[in-house]
Amino acid sequence: MNLLIAILVLGLISAFFGAILGYASIRFHVESDPIVEQIDALLPQTQCGQCGYPGCKPYAEAITNGEVINKCAPGGEDTIKKIADLLGVDVEPLDENHELDKKPTVAFIIEEDCIGCTKCIQACPVDAILGAAKQMHTIIIDECTGCDLCVAPCPVDCIEMRPIPETIQNWQWDLNKIAVKQLD
Amino acid sequence: MTDYILLLIGTVLVNNFVLVQFLGLCPFMGVSSRTETAIGMSFATTFVMTLASLLSYLVTTYILTPLNIEYLTTMSFILVIAVVVQFTEMVVHKTSTSLYRLLGIFLPLITTNCAVLGVALLNLRLEHNFFESIVYGFGAAAGFSLVLVMFSAMREKLTNADVPAPFKGAAIAMITAGLMSLAFMGFSGLVKM
Repeated sequence: MNLLIAILVLGLISAFFGAILGYASIRFHVESDPIVEQIDALLPQTQCGQCGYPGCKPYAEAITNGEVINKCAPGGEDTIKKIADLLGVDVEPLDENHELDKKPTVAFIIEEDCIGCTKCIQACPVDAILGAAKQMHTIIIDECTGCDLCVAPCPVDCIEMRPIPETIQNWQWDLNKIAVKQLD
Repeated sequence: MTDYILLLIGTVLVNNFVLVQFLGLCPFMGVSSRTETAIGMSFATTFVMTLASLLSYLVTTYILTPLNIEYLTTMSFILVIAVVVQFTEMVVHKTSTSLYRLLGIFLPLITTNCAVLGVALLNLRLEHNFFESIVYGFGAAAGFSLVLVMFSAMREKLTNADVPAPFKGAAIAMITAGLMSLAFMGFSGLVKM
């Protein structure tokens, strides 16, 4: 008799708690935002491929599978820090192999040599190349991110990366040039 | 009223769950490498411990004792704790995704945190009434949180400290924990229970 009561009571308690949990799982249901989407949203979407992956989304997928977070050169330290916060891991300095040239560059098409093959247009992730088949192409400088993905596909090597000349419009303080030393 | 304040102080400082009674050492060493994670863990544990001590009191007093089946206490307490933890996990997942990711595996592990089961069983042994149980549960959790956050802050400092090679990593953390425990022995004369 005592045994039956024990079984019954424990069963009832379990059923009661089960009901609470069942209700809670409906009440607090989360439309899960997969972590890949969240990382992808933090990446700069230049699709430059400098991380070694074909674009930002594949790199985001790779990060969720344990890839290091410091390969995004266009995003820089800022993006690394945001991803580290999201994933709860430590901030790492940007991987040297993926570090950008300090000088920002844009692609430039040597127009006399262009044969109008449209290969660079297909390679450009940000649609910064204007042109049509058998017509000369040109770069929209304001759109170009300097990712140099268009350089390799060009069959006549008429694309080169040129540094952006420093003008009053794009000049910035380079405060890091002056070394700051912490005194003990 | 004074009794409750004394009970609270006594539980937080004098009979600190981690450093004096040595309960809940797993999260104490495991979640203390980053202060943010430690704070998140503290909140989750505080919530679970307070609620678990409340519910376990109700279960013992109104179900197990009248039916004369007190031998089921441990089993039903584990059931209660598991439910509370699961519930907390759902709420945290809904309200704070970043905290959910920070806590990660440690949130489900609160289920097997001996401090939580310990507080429920100690409530029973010390024959606490309803409010005393809640205060005791909250005090135990507050003591746990205090020690966990302090320890994690120290460990963050220790990562940059010039520690001799043989003591690096877990070894210096153990020594630090031991020294903290010694320091907490200093509170032992504070409250006469």
